[in-house]
Amino acid sequence: MACWEPRIENMKPEELKALQYRYLKTLVYRLYSFSEFYHSKMRSASVHPDDINSLEDIRKLPFMSKKDLRDGYPDKCFAVPKKEVIRYHASSGTTGKPTVVGYTKNDIENWSTSLARSLTSIGLGSDDVIQVSNTYGLFTGGIGFHYAAEKIGAAVVPASTGNTERQIELIQDLGVTAMAATPSYMLHLGEVAEKMGISIKNDTKLRVGLLGGEPWSVKMRDRIDEWLGVRGFNCYGTSELSGPMFTECSERNGVHIWGDYAYVEILDPETHEPVAPGEKGEMVITMLQKEALPIVRFRIGDVSSIDPEPCPCGRTHPKIKRIFGRVDDMLVVRGINVFPSQVQHTLMSIPELGEHFQIVVERKGALDTMQVRVELKREAFTDNIVQLMALREKISYRLKNSLNVGATVELVEPGTLPRYEGKSKFVVDKRDI
Amino acid sequence: MYSQYHVKQLSIFSENRPGRLAAVAKALKEEGVNIFAFSIAEGAGYGVIRALVDQPERALEKLSAIGFPVRFTDVLAVEMEDRPGGLYDAVEVLGRADINIEYSYAYSGRKCAVLILRVEAIDSAAKQLLDAGAKLLEVPQFT
Repeated sequence: MACWEPRIENMKPEELKALQYRYLKTLVYRLYSFSEFYHSKMRSASVHPDDINSLEDIRKLPFMSKKDLRDGYPDKCFAVPKKEVIRYHASSGTTGKPTVVGYTKNDIENWSTSLARSLTSIGLGSDDVIQVSNTYGLFTGGIGFHYAAEKIGAAVVPASTGNTERQIELIQDLGVTAMAATPSYMLHLGEVAEKMGISIKNDTKLRVGLLGGEPWSVKMRDRIDEWLGVRGFNCYGTSELSGPMFTECSERNGVHIWGDYAYVEILDPETHEPVAPGEKGEMVITMLQKEALPIVRFRIGDVSSIDPEPCPCGRTHPKIKRIFGRVDDMLVVRGINVFPSQVQHTLMSIPELGEHFQIVVERKGALDTMQVRVELKREAFTDNIVQLMALREKISYRLKNSLNVGATVELVEPGTLPRYEGKSKFVVDKRDI
Repeated sequence: MYSQYHVKQLSIFSENRPGRLAAVAKALKEEGVNIFAFSIAEGAGYGVIRALVDQPERALEKLSAIGFPVRFTDVLAVEMEDRPGGLYDAVEVLGRADINIEYSYAYSGRKCAVLILRVEAIDSAAKQLLDAGAKLLEVPQFT
Protein backbone atom coordinates (compact mmCIF):
# COMPACT_ATOMS: atom_id res chain seq x y z
CA MET A 1 0.00 0.00 0.00
CA ALA A 2 1.31 3.40 -0.98
CA CYS A 3 2.53 5.79 1.67
CA TRP A 4 2.66 9.59 1.16
CA GLU A 5 5.66 10.25 3.43
CA PRO A 6 7.03 6.86 4.52
CA ARG A 7 10.02 8.39 6.31
CA ILE A 8 7.67 10.13 8.74
CA GLU A 9 4.66 7.81 8.74
CA ASN A 10 6.71 4.70 9.56
CA MET A 11 9.11 6.43 11.96
CA LYS A 12 10.10 4.44 15.08
CA PRO A 13 7.95 5.47 18.06
CA GLU A 14 10.93 6.70 20.10
CA GLU A 15 12.17 8.80 17.18
CA LEU A 16 8.69 10.25 16.79
CA LYS A 17 8.65 11.18 20.47
CA ALA A 18 12.03 12.87 20.14
CA LEU A 19 10.76 14.80 17.14
CA GLN A 20 7.61 15.81 19.03
CA TYR A 21 9.71 17.07 21.95
CA ARG A 22 11.88 19.19 19.63
CA TYR A 23 8.77 20.74 18.07
CA LEU A 24 7.23 21.36 21.48
CA LYS A 25 10.35 23.06 22.82
CA THR A 26 10.54 25.32 19.75
CA LEU A 27 6.82 26.08 20.05
CA VAL A 28 6.90 27.20 23.69
CA TYR A 29 9.94 29.41 23.14
CA ARG A 30 8.33 31.00 20.13
CA LEU A 31 5.03 31.61 21.90
CA TYR A 32 6.60 32.87 25.11
CA SER A 33 8.73 35.31 23.15
CA PHE A 34 6.36 36.52 20.45
CA SER A 35 2.72 36.04 21.52
CA GLU A 36 1.19 38.35 24.09
CA PHE A 37 -1.69 35.95 24.62
CA TYR A 38 0.42 32.83 25.27
CA HIS A 39 3.05 34.75 27.18
CA SER A 40 0.52 36.00 29.73
CA LYS A 41 -1.16 32.59 29.84
CA MET A 42 2.15 30.91 30.67
CA ARG A 43 3.08 33.62 33.15
CA SER A 44 -0.17 33.20 35.04
CA ALA A 45 0.47 29.45 35.18
CA SER A 46 4.02 30.19 36.41
CA VAL A 47 5.66 28.18 33.69
CA HIS A 48 8.68 29.22 31.67
CA PRO A 49 9.93 27.55 28.46
CA ASP A 50 12.99 26.41 30.45
CA ASP A 51 10.63 24.24 32.52
CA ILE A 52 9.78 22.13 29.47
CA ASN A 53 12.48 19.47 29.36
CA SER A 54 10.61 16.44 28.13
CA LEU A 55 7.50 15.66 26.17
CA GLU A 56 5.72 14.80 29.42
CA ASP A 57 6.44 18.31 30.71
CA ILE A 58 3.69 19.48 28.39
CA ARG A 59 1.44 18.93 31.40
CA LYS A 60 2.92 22.00 33.04
CA LEU A 61 1.36 24.17 30.33
CA PRO A 62 -2.10 25.66 30.87
CA PHE A 63 -5.16 24.39 28.97
CA MET A 64 -6.77 26.29 26.16
CA SER A 65 -10.43 26.11 25.22
CA LYS A 66 -12.93 27.40 22.73
CA LYS A 67 -13.63 30.17 25.22
CA ASP A 68 -10.11 31.58 24.76
CA LEU A 69 -10.76 31.84 21.04
CA ARG A 70 -14.17 33.43 21.60
CA ASP A 71 -12.80 35.94 24.09
CA GLY A 72 -9.95 36.64 21.72
CA TYR A 73 -12.26 37.27 18.77
CA PRO A 74 -11.25 37.82 16.08
CA ASP A 75 -7.45 37.42 16.20
CA LYS A 76 -6.07 38.11 19.67
CA CYS A 77 -4.71 34.56 19.89
CA PHE A 78 -2.83 34.85 16.60
CA ALA A 79 0.95 34.61 16.94
CA VAL A 80 2.19 36.02 13.61
CA PRO A 81 2.12 39.50 12.05
CA LYS A 82 -1.02 40.05 9.95
CA LYS A 83 0.89 40.09 6.67
CA GLU A 84 1.81 36.43 7.16
CA VAL A 85 -1.82 35.34 7.38
CA ILE A 86 -3.00 34.12 4.00
CA ARG A 87 -6.41 32.74 4.90
CA TYR A 88 -9.23 32.91 7.44
CA HIS A 89 -11.96 30.43 8.25
CA ALA A 90 -14.68 30.87 10.85
CA SER A 91 -16.73 28.42 12.85
CA SER A 92 -20.51 28.57 12.90
CA GLY A 93 -20.82 30.06 16.38
CA THR A 94 -23.93 28.13 17.36
CA THR A 95 -23.56 29.20 20.97
CA GLY A 96 -22.88 32.88 20.48
CA LYS A 97 -19.86 34.52 18.91
CA PRO A 98 -18.17 32.62 16.13
CA THR A 99 -14.46 31.87 16.33
CA VAL A 100 -12.01 32.84 13.65
CA VAL A 101 -8.99 30.77 12.68
CA GLY A 102 -6.07 32.02 10.58
CA TYR A 103 -3.43 30.29 8.45
CA THR A 104 0.05 31.09 7.22
CA LYS A 105 1.38 29.58 4.01
CA ASN A 106 3.04 26.81 6.05
CA ASP A 107 -0.21 26.15 7.94
CA ILE A 108 -2.08 25.55 4.69
CA GLU A 109 0.75 23.36 3.42
CA ASN A 110 0.84 21.25 6.60
CA TRP A 111 -2.93 20.92 6.68
CA SER A 112 -3.12 19.58 3.14
CA THR A 113 -0.06 17.35 3.62
CA SER A 114 -1.63 15.85 6.74
CA LEU A 115 -4.83 15.00 4.92
CA ALA A 116 -2.91 13.88 1.81
CA ARG A 117 -1.11 11.29 3.96
CA SER A 118 -4.48 10.14 5.29
CA LEU A 119 -6.17 9.90 1.90
CA THR A 120 -3.17 7.92 0.63
CA SER A 121 -3.43 5.61 3.65
CA ILE A 122 -6.99 4.76 2.54
CA GLY A 123 -5.64 3.80 -0.88
CA LEU A 124 -6.79 6.88 -2.78
CA GLY A 125 -4.53 8.34 -5.45
CA SER A 126 -4.33 9.91 -8.87
CA ASP A 127 -6.79 7.45 -10.41
CA ASP A 128 -9.56 8.65 -8.13
CA VAL A 129 -12.31 11.18 -8.65
CA ILE A 130 -13.21 12.74 -5.31
CA GLN A 131 -16.46 14.63 -4.88
CA VAL A 132 -16.31 17.08 -1.99
CA SER A 133 -19.85 17.42 -0.68
CA ASN A 134 -18.91 19.34 2.44
CA THR A 135 -19.73 23.03 2.51
CA TYR A 136 -17.15 25.27 0.90
CA GLY A 137 -16.64 28.69 2.40
CA LEU A 138 -15.99 29.68 5.98
CA PHE A 139 -16.39 26.06 7.07
CA THR A 140 -13.12 24.13 6.70
CA GLY A 141 -14.67 20.83 5.59
CA GLY A 142 -14.99 21.65 1.90
CA ILE A 143 -11.76 23.38 0.98
CA GLY A 144 -9.71 21.13 3.30
CA PHE A 145 -10.55 18.00 1.35
CA HIS A 146 -10.25 19.92 -1.88
CA TYR A 147 -6.59 20.86 -1.32
CA ALA A 148 -5.60 17.40 -0.09
CA ALA A 149 -7.35 15.62 -2.97
CA GLU A 150 -5.57 17.85 -5.49
CA LYS A 151 -2.28 17.24 -3.70
CA ILE A 152 -2.49 13.48 -4.21
CA GLY A 153 -3.33 14.05 -7.86
CA ALA A 154 -6.96 12.97 -7.70
CA ALA A 155 -9.59 14.82 -9.72
CA VAL A 156 -11.80 16.97 -7.50
CA VAL A 157 -15.49 17.62 -7.99
CA PRO A 158 -16.14 20.63 -5.72
CA ALA A 159 -19.86 19.95 -5.34
CA SER A 160 -20.28 21.51 -1.88
CA THR A 161 -23.65 20.89 -0.20
CA GLY A 162 -27.17 20.92 -1.55
CA ASN A 163 -28.83 20.00 -4.84
CA THR A 164 -28.62 16.30 -4.18
CA GLU A 165 -30.10 15.21 -7.54
CA ARG A 166 -27.33 17.12 -9.33
CA GLN A 167 -24.73 15.56 -7.04
CA ILE A 168 -25.97 12.09 -7.98
CA GLU A 169 -25.82 12.96 -11.70
CA LEU A 170 -22.21 14.11 -11.26
CA ILE A 171 -21.30 10.93 -9.38
CA GLN A 172 -22.62 8.91 -12.33
CA ASP A 173 -21.36 11.06 -15.19
CA LEU A 174 -17.86 11.78 -13.88
CA GLY A 175 -17.24 8.32 -12.45
CA VAL A 176 -16.78 9.63 -8.92
CA THR A 177 -14.98 7.02 -6.76
CA ALA A 178 -14.87 8.77 -3.37
CA MET A 179 -16.97 11.33 -1.63
CA ALA A 180 -16.38 13.58 1.38
CA ALA A 181 -19.58 14.24 3.31
CA THR A 182 -21.32 13.86 6.64
CA PRO A 183 -22.62 10.32 7.25
CA SER A 184 -26.20 11.60 7.43
CA TYR A 185 -25.78 13.29 4.07
CA MET A 186 -24.40 10.05 2.64
CA LEU A 187 -27.59 8.28 3.73
CA HIS A 188 -29.74 11.13 2.45
CA LEU A 189 -27.98 10.84 -0.90
CA GLY A 190 -28.76 7.12 -0.96
CA GLU A 191 -32.44 7.82 -0.30
CA VAL A 192 -32.65 10.49 -3.01
CA ALA A 193 -30.84 8.21 -5.49
CA GLU A 194 -33.38 5.45 -4.83
CA LYS A 195 -36.23 7.86 -5.50
CA MET A 196 -34.53 8.70 -8.79
CA GLY A 197 -34.34 4.98 -9.60
CA ILE A 198 -30.54 4.89 -9.21
CA SER A 199 -28.67 2.39 -7.06
CA ILE A 200 -25.44 3.91 -5.71
CA LYS A 201 -24.15 0.36 -5.33
CA ASN A 202 -24.90 -0.90 -8.84
CA ASP A 203 -25.11 2.20 -11.01
CA THR A 204 -22.10 4.25 -9.82
CA LYS A 205 -18.37 3.83 -9.16
CA LEU A 206 -18.61 5.40 -5.71
CA ARG A 207 -16.76 3.10 -3.29
CA VAL A 208 -15.20 5.29 -0.59
CA GLY A 209 -16.93 7.64 1.83
CA LEU A 210 -14.79 10.18 3.70
CA LEU A 211 -17.21 10.72 6.52
CA GLY A 212 -17.16 12.90 9.60
CA GLY A 213 -18.40 16.10 11.15
CA GLU A 214 -21.00 14.44 13.36
CA PRO A 215 -21.22 11.43 15.65
CA TRP A 216 -21.89 8.18 13.83
CA SER A 217 -21.72 4.55 14.78
CA VAL A 218 -20.15 1.41 13.36
CA LYS A 219 -23.71 0.19 12.67
CA MET A 220 -24.31 3.23 10.51
CA ARG A 221 -21.04 2.51 8.72
CA ASP A 222 -22.13 -1.08 8.09
CA ARG A 223 -25.44 0.13 6.72
CA ILE A 224 -23.65 2.50 4.32
CA ASP A 225 -21.37 -0.39 3.30
CA GLU A 226 -24.12 -2.84 2.71
CA TRP A 227 -26.81 -0.62 1.22
CA LEU A 228 -24.72 1.77 -0.85
CA GLY A 229 -21.61 -0.34 -1.45
CA VAL A 230 -19.56 2.54 -0.03
CA ARG A 231 -16.78 1.90 2.50
CA GLY A 232 -17.04 4.69 5.06
CA PHE A 233 -13.81 6.01 6.56
CA ASN A 234 -13.97 8.07 9.71
CA CYS A 235 -12.43 11.54 9.39
CA TYR A 236 -11.30 13.79 12.18
CA GLY A 237 -10.46 17.45 12.58
CA THR A 238 -11.91 20.76 13.66
CA SER A 239 -11.27 24.31 12.53
CA GLU A 240 -8.99 24.88 15.53
CA LEU A 241 -6.68 22.09 14.35
CA SER A 242 -6.91 23.56 10.80
CA GLY A 243 -9.84 21.53 9.50
CA PRO A 244 -10.28 17.89 8.54
CA MET A 245 -6.74 16.57 8.99
CA PHE A 246 -6.85 12.89 9.80
CA THR A 247 -8.76 9.82 8.61
CA GLU A 248 -8.79 6.12 9.24
CA CYS A 249 -6.27 4.08 7.23
CA SER A 250 -7.18 1.04 5.13
CA GLU A 251 -7.61 -0.94 8.38
CA ARG A 252 -10.66 1.19 9.29
CA ASN A 253 -10.04 0.72 12.97
CA GLY A 254 -9.16 4.15 14.29
CA VAL A 255 -7.83 7.46 13.06
CA HIS A 256 -4.04 8.01 12.84
CA ILE A 257 -3.13 11.36 14.33
CA TRP A 258 0.12 12.42 12.64
CA GLY A 259 2.40 12.93 15.62
CA ASP A 260 4.66 15.48 13.96
CA TYR A 261 1.62 17.76 13.59
CA ALA A 262 -0.39 16.97 16.69
CA TYR A 263 0.29 15.67 20.17
CA VAL A 264 -2.70 14.00 21.82
CA GLU A 265 -3.25 13.58 25.54
CA ILE A 266 -6.14 11.54 26.93
CA LEU A 267 -7.07 12.86 30.37
CA ASP A 268 -9.61 12.25 33.06
CA PRO A 269 -12.02 15.21 32.63
CA GLU A 270 -12.27 15.74 36.39
CA THR A 271 -8.72 15.23 37.68
CA HIS A 272 -6.86 16.14 34.46
CA GLU A 273 -4.54 13.19 35.09
CA PRO A 274 -3.62 11.02 32.10
CA VAL A 275 -5.75 7.88 31.92
CA ALA A 276 -4.17 4.42 31.67
CA PRO A 277 -3.08 3.41 28.12
CA GLY A 278 -6.11 2.38 26.07
CA GLU A 279 -8.62 3.93 28.49
CA LYS A 280 -11.09 6.52 27.30
CA GLY A 281 -11.00 10.11 28.42
CA GLU A 282 -11.09 13.69 27.28
CA MET A 283 -8.82 14.46 24.35
CA VAL A 284 -6.46 17.39 24.72
CA ILE A 285 -4.55 18.37 21.60
CA THR A 286 -1.43 20.41 20.98
CA MET A 287 -0.64 21.40 17.40
CA LEU A 288 3.12 21.24 17.20
CA GLN A 289 3.72 23.17 13.99
CA LYS A 290 0.87 25.66 13.66
CA GLU A 291 2.01 29.24 13.16
CA ALA A 292 -0.86 31.71 12.75
CA LEU A 293 -3.13 30.34 15.46
CA PRO A 294 -1.15 28.12 17.83
CA ILE A 295 -3.16 25.49 19.64
CA VAL A 296 -1.67 24.36 22.94
CA ARG A 297 -3.34 21.80 25.18
CA PHE A 298 -6.67 22.54 23.55
CA ARG A 299 -9.69 20.96 25.23
CA ILE A 300 -11.40 19.88 22.05
CA GLY A 301 -14.31 18.37 23.94
CA ASP A 302 -14.24 14.90 22.37
CA VAL A 303 -14.05 11.73 24.40
CA SER A 304 -11.84 9.02 22.90
CA SER A 305 -8.95 6.67 23.63
CA ILE A 306 -5.60 5.85 22.02
CA ASP A 307 -5.30 2.32 20.70
CA PRO A 308 -2.17 0.89 22.37
CA GLU A 309 -1.77 -1.85 19.73
CA PRO A 310 0.49 -1.19 16.72
CA CYS A 311 -1.48 -0.77 13.49
CA PRO A 312 -1.16 -3.58 10.91
CA CYS A 313 -0.82 -0.88 8.22
CA GLY A 314 2.70 -0.24 9.51
CA ARG A 315 2.16 3.41 10.41
CA THR A 316 3.52 4.13 13.85
CA HIS A 317 1.56 7.27 14.70
CA PRO A 318 -1.02 7.11 17.51
CA LYS A 319 -4.44 5.93 16.50
CA ILE A 320 -7.53 7.27 18.23
CA LYS A 321 -10.63 5.15 18.57
CA ARG A 322 -14.01 6.21 17.29
CA ILE A 323 -15.14 9.31 19.17
CA PHE A 324 -17.23 8.12 22.09
CA GLY A 325 -19.04 11.41 22.62
CA ARG A 326 -18.66 15.09 23.30
CA VAL A 327 -17.79 16.31 26.74
CA ASP A 328 -20.06 19.33 26.15
CA ASP A 329 -22.76 17.59 24.04
CA MET A 330 -23.21 15.33 26.94
CA LEU A 331 -26.72 15.69 28.27
CA VAL A 332 -27.32 15.43 31.94
CA VAL A 333 -30.75 13.91 32.43
CA ARG A 334 -31.85 13.38 36.01
CA GLY A 335 -28.20 13.52 37.02
CA ILE A 336 -27.10 10.84 34.54
CA ASN A 337 -24.66 11.56 31.72
CA VAL A 338 -26.19 10.69 28.36
CA PHE A 339 -24.32 10.81 25.07
CA PRO A 340 -26.42 11.02 21.89
CA SER A 341 -24.00 8.47 20.41
CA GLN A 342 -25.12 5.90 22.99
CA VAL A 343 -28.76 6.44 22.01
CA GLN A 344 -27.81 6.11 18.36
CA HIS A 345 -25.88 2.94 19.01
CA THR A 346 -28.81 1.36 20.83
CA LEU A 347 -31.34 2.33 18.18
CA MET A 348 -29.17 0.97 15.40
CA SER A 349 -29.11 -2.42 17.07
CA ILE A 350 -32.86 -2.72 16.43
CA PRO A 351 -33.55 -3.77 12.84
CA GLU A 352 -37.07 -2.31 12.67
CA LEU A 353 -35.78 1.25 13.02
CA GLY A 354 -34.37 3.74 10.53
CA GLU A 355 -31.18 5.81 10.97
CA HIS A 356 -32.81 9.03 12.03
CA PHE A 357 -33.73 9.91 15.55
CA GLN A 358 -34.20 12.85 17.84
CA ILE A 359 -33.84 13.26 21.58
CA VAL A 360 -36.24 15.71 23.21
CA VAL A 361 -35.50 16.68 26.79
CA GLU A 362 -38.07 18.58 28.82
CA ARG A 363 -38.54 19.47 32.42
CA LYS A 364 -41.95 18.72 33.87
CA GLY A 365 -42.16 20.18 37.34
CA ALA A 366 -38.82 19.37 38.88
CA LEU A 367 -38.27 16.24 36.83
CA ASP A 368 -36.41 15.87 33.53
CA THR A 369 -38.12 13.75 30.93
CA MET A 370 -36.38 12.35 27.91
CA GLN A 371 -38.24 11.37 24.81
CA VAL A 372 -36.61 9.52 21.95
CA ARG A 373 -38.34 9.92 18.60
CA VAL A 374 -37.29 7.41 16.00
CA GLU A 375 -38.42 6.57 12.50
CA LEU A 376 -40.05 3.21 11.94
CA LYS A 377 -38.71 1.48 8.84
CA ARG A 378 -41.31 1.25 6.08
CA GLU A 379 -41.00 -2.53 5.85
CA ALA A 380 -41.26 -2.95 9.62
CA PHE A 381 -44.77 -1.53 9.79
CA THR A 382 -47.34 -4.03 10.84
CA ASP A 383 -51.08 -3.77 11.07
CA ASN A 384 -50.86 -5.31 14.49
CA ILE A 385 -51.01 -2.63 17.20
CA VAL A 386 -49.89 -5.11 19.83
CA GLN A 387 -46.67 -5.80 17.92
CA LEU A 388 -46.02 -2.09 17.48
CA MET A 389 -46.52 -1.58 21.21
CA ALA A 390 -44.13 -4.43 21.93
CA LEU A 391 -41.53 -2.85 19.65
CA ARG A 392 -41.89 0.42 21.52
CA GLU A 393 -41.42 -1.37 24.80
CA LYS A 394 -38.36 -3.19 23.49
CA ILE A 395 -36.78 0.13 22.48
CA SER A 396 -37.55 1.67 25.89
CA TYR A 397 -36.09 -1.34 27.64
CA ARG A 398 -32.87 -1.34 25.60
CA LEU A 399 -32.43 2.41 26.07
CA LYS A 400 -32.95 2.13 29.79
CA ASN A 401 -30.38 -0.66 29.91
CA SER A 402 -27.68 1.22 28.05
CA LEU A 403 -28.32 4.74 29.40
CA ASN A 404 -29.40 3.96 32.96
CA VAL A 405 -32.13 6.53 32.58
CA GLY A 406 -35.66 5.95 31.33
CA ALA A 407 -36.93 7.43 28.08
CA THR A 408 -40.33 7.43 26.45
CA VAL A 409 -40.21 6.30 22.86
CA GLU A 410 -42.24 7.67 20.03
CA LEU A 411 -42.37 5.87 16.69
CA VAL A 412 -42.70 8.28 13.81
CA GLU A 413 -43.30 7.94 10.08
CA PRO A 414 -40.19 7.40 7.95
CA GLY A 415 -38.82 10.58 6.43
CA THR A 416 -40.41 12.95 8.93
CA LEU A 417 -37.59 13.76 11.34
CA PRO A 418 -35.46 16.75 10.37
CA ARG A 419 -32.48 16.01 8.14
CA TYR A 420 -29.83 18.60 7.75
CA GLU A 421 -27.40 18.75 4.92
CA GLY A 422 -24.63 19.16 7.43
CA LYS A 423 -24.68 18.21 11.05
CA SER A 424 -27.71 16.21 12.11
CA LYS A 425 -29.68 17.75 14.89
CA PHE A 426 -30.04 14.96 17.39
CA VAL A 427 -30.97 16.83 20.52
CA VAL A 428 -33.76 19.27 21.29
CA ASP A 429 -33.36 20.55 24.83
CA LYS A 430 -36.51 22.38 25.90
CA ARG A 431 -35.43 22.74 29.51
CA ASP A 432 -35.35 26.24 30.88
CA ILE A 433 -32.71 25.73 33.52
CA MET B 1 -59.74 -22.26 -1.97
CA TYR B 2 -61.06 -19.43 0.14
CA SER B 3 -58.98 -16.73 -1.50
CA GLN B 4 -62.05 -15.11 -3.00
CA TYR B 5 -62.96 -14.07 0.54
CA HIS B 6 -59.60 -12.43 1.30
CA VAL B 7 -60.62 -8.79 1.19
CA LYS B 8 -57.67 -6.44 0.92
CA GLN B 9 -57.74 -3.88 3.66
CA LEU B 10 -55.33 -0.94 3.67
CA SER B 11 -53.39 -0.50 6.91
CA ILE B 12 -51.68 2.85 7.19
CA PHE B 13 -49.19 3.89 9.88
CA SER B 14 -49.72 7.47 10.93
CA GLU B 15 -48.33 9.71 13.60
CA ASN B 16 -50.91 11.01 15.98
CA ARG B 17 -50.93 14.65 15.00
CA PRO B 18 -53.41 17.01 13.39
CA GLY B 19 -53.85 16.72 9.66
CA ARG B 20 -52.63 13.16 9.10
CA LEU B 21 -56.09 11.70 8.44
CA ALA B 22 -56.80 14.64 6.14
CA ALA B 23 -53.59 13.85 4.25
CA VAL B 24 -54.75 10.26 3.72
CA ALA B 25 -58.27 11.32 2.70
CA LYS B 26 -56.95 13.96 0.31
CA ALA B 27 -54.64 11.47 -1.40
CA LEU B 28 -57.52 9.02 -1.91
CA LYS B 29 -59.73 11.81 -3.21
CA GLU B 30 -57.10 12.83 -5.74
CA GLU B 31 -56.87 9.25 -6.99
CA GLY B 32 -60.65 8.93 -7.22
CA VAL B 33 -60.62 6.11 -4.67
CA ASN B 34 -63.89 5.51 -2.85
CA ILE B 35 -63.80 4.49 0.81
CA PHE B 36 -66.37 1.95 2.02
CA ALA B 37 -65.30 1.83 5.63
CA PHE B 38 -62.49 2.85 7.87
CA SER B 39 -61.39 2.79 11.46
CA ILE B 40 -58.54 4.24 13.45
CA ALA B 41 -56.73 2.29 16.13
CA GLU B 42 -54.78 4.30 18.65
CA GLY B 43 -51.28 3.32 19.77
CA ALA B 44 -49.01 5.56 21.83
CA GLY B 45 -48.26 8.64 19.77
CA TYR B 46 -49.25 6.92 16.56
CA GLY B 47 -52.27 5.30 15.02
CA VAL B 48 -53.10 2.67 12.46
CA ILE B 49 -55.71 3.75 9.95
CA ARG B 50 -57.55 0.83 8.37
CA ALA B 51 -59.72 1.28 5.33
CA LEU B 52 -61.67 -0.74 2.79
CA VAL B 53 -61.63 0.95 -0.61
CA ASP B 54 -62.75 0.21 -4.15
CA GLN B 55 -59.23 0.40 -5.67
CA PRO B 56 -56.78 -0.89 -3.07
CA GLU B 57 -53.70 -1.15 -5.37
CA ARG B 58 -54.09 2.38 -6.58
CA ALA B 59 -54.55 3.66 -3.02
CA LEU B 60 -51.50 1.75 -1.76
CA GLU B 61 -49.31 3.10 -4.52
CA LYS B 62 -50.38 6.68 -3.93
CA LEU B 63 -50.04 6.55 -0.15
CA SER B 64 -46.60 4.94 -0.37
CA ALA B 65 -45.51 7.59 -2.85
CA ILE B 66 -46.36 10.38 -0.41
CA GLY B 67 -44.43 8.64 2.35
CA PHE B 68 -46.90 6.65 4.43
CA PRO B 69 -45.94 3.14 5.49
CA VAL B 70 -48.86 1.15 4.05
CA ARG B 71 -49.57 -2.52 3.68
CA PHE B 72 -52.42 -4.81 2.78
CA THR B 73 -54.04 -6.90 5.46
CA ASP B 74 -56.46 -9.67 4.48
CA VAL B 75 -59.77 -9.45 6.30
CA LEU B 76 -63.13 -11.20 6.06
CA ALA B 77 -66.33 -9.30 5.34
CA VAL B 78 -69.42 -10.88 6.87
CA GLU B 79 -72.79 -9.80 5.53
CA MET B 80 -75.29 -8.72 8.14
CA GLU B 81 -78.92 -7.86 7.82
CA ASP B 82 -79.52 -4.16 8.45
CA ARG B 83 -82.09 -4.57 11.19
CA PRO B 84 -82.12 -4.94 14.97
CA GLY B 85 -80.42 -8.25 15.73
CA GLY B 86 -78.33 -8.30 12.55
CA LEU B 87 -75.04 -8.05 14.43
CA TYR B 88 -76.11 -10.71 16.92
CA ASP B 89 -76.90 -13.16 14.14
CA ALA B 90 -73.46 -12.65 12.65
CA VAL B 91 -71.34 -12.78 15.80
CA GLU B 92 -73.30 -15.55 17.42
CA VAL B 93 -71.82 -17.78 14.71
CA LEU B 94 -68.30 -16.64 15.62
CA GLY B 95 -68.62 -17.84 19.16
CA ARG B 96 -69.96 -21.18 18.07
CA ALA B 97 -67.18 -21.53 15.50
CA ASP B 98 -64.61 -20.67 18.21
CA ILE B 99 -63.07 -17.84 16.22
CA ASN B 100 -60.98 -15.25 18.02
CA ILE B 101 -61.11 -11.72 16.64
CA GLU B 102 -58.02 -9.53 16.48
CA TYR B 103 -60.06 -6.51 15.59
CA SER B 104 -63.30 -5.70 13.89
CA TYR B 105 -65.40 -2.81 12.62
CA ALA B 106 -68.56 -2.47 10.65
CA TYR B 107 -70.36 -0.34 8.12
CA SER B 108 -73.87 -0.05 6.84
CA GLY B 109 -73.94 -0.17 3.05
CA ARG B 110 -76.70 0.30 0.52
CA LYS B 111 -77.72 -3.35 0.27
CA CYS B 112 -76.72 -4.70 3.61
CA ALA B 113 -74.57 -4.07 6.67
CA VAL B 114 -71.06 -5.50 6.72
CA LEU B 115 -68.93 -6.72 9.61
CA ILE B 116 -65.20 -6.64 8.91
CA LEU B 117 -63.12 -9.16 10.79
CA ARG B 118 -59.41 -9.59 11.20
CA VAL B 119 -58.67 -13.10 12.43
CA GLU B 120 -55.47 -15.09 12.75
CA ALA B 121 -56.21 -18.11 10.57
CA ILE B 122 -58.24 -16.56 7.81
CA ASP B 123 -59.02 -19.67 5.75
CA SER B 124 -60.16 -21.86 8.60
CA ALA B 125 -62.24 -18.95 9.91
CA ALA B 126 -63.83 -18.50 6.48
CA LYS B 127 -64.61 -22.20 6.29
CA GLN B 128 -66.14 -22.32 9.74
CA LEU B 129 -68.19 -19.19 9.13
CA LEU B 130 -69.55 -20.57 5.86
CA ASP B 131 -70.27 -23.93 7.45
CA ALA B 132 -72.14 -22.19 10.24
CA GLY B 133 -74.32 -20.50 7.66
CA ALA B 134 -72.80 -17.01 7.54
CA LYS B 135 -72.65 -15.08 4.29
CA LEU B 136 -69.20 -13.80 3.29
CA LEU B 137 -68.74 -11.07 0.73
CA GLU B 138 -66.30 -11.84 -2.08
CA VAL B 139 -63.50 -9.63 -3.36
CA PRO B 140 -65.24 -8.55 -6.61
CA GLN B 141 -68.07 -7.09 -4.56
CA PHE B 142 -65.64 -4.42 -3.36
CA THR B 143 -64.66 -3.00 -6.70
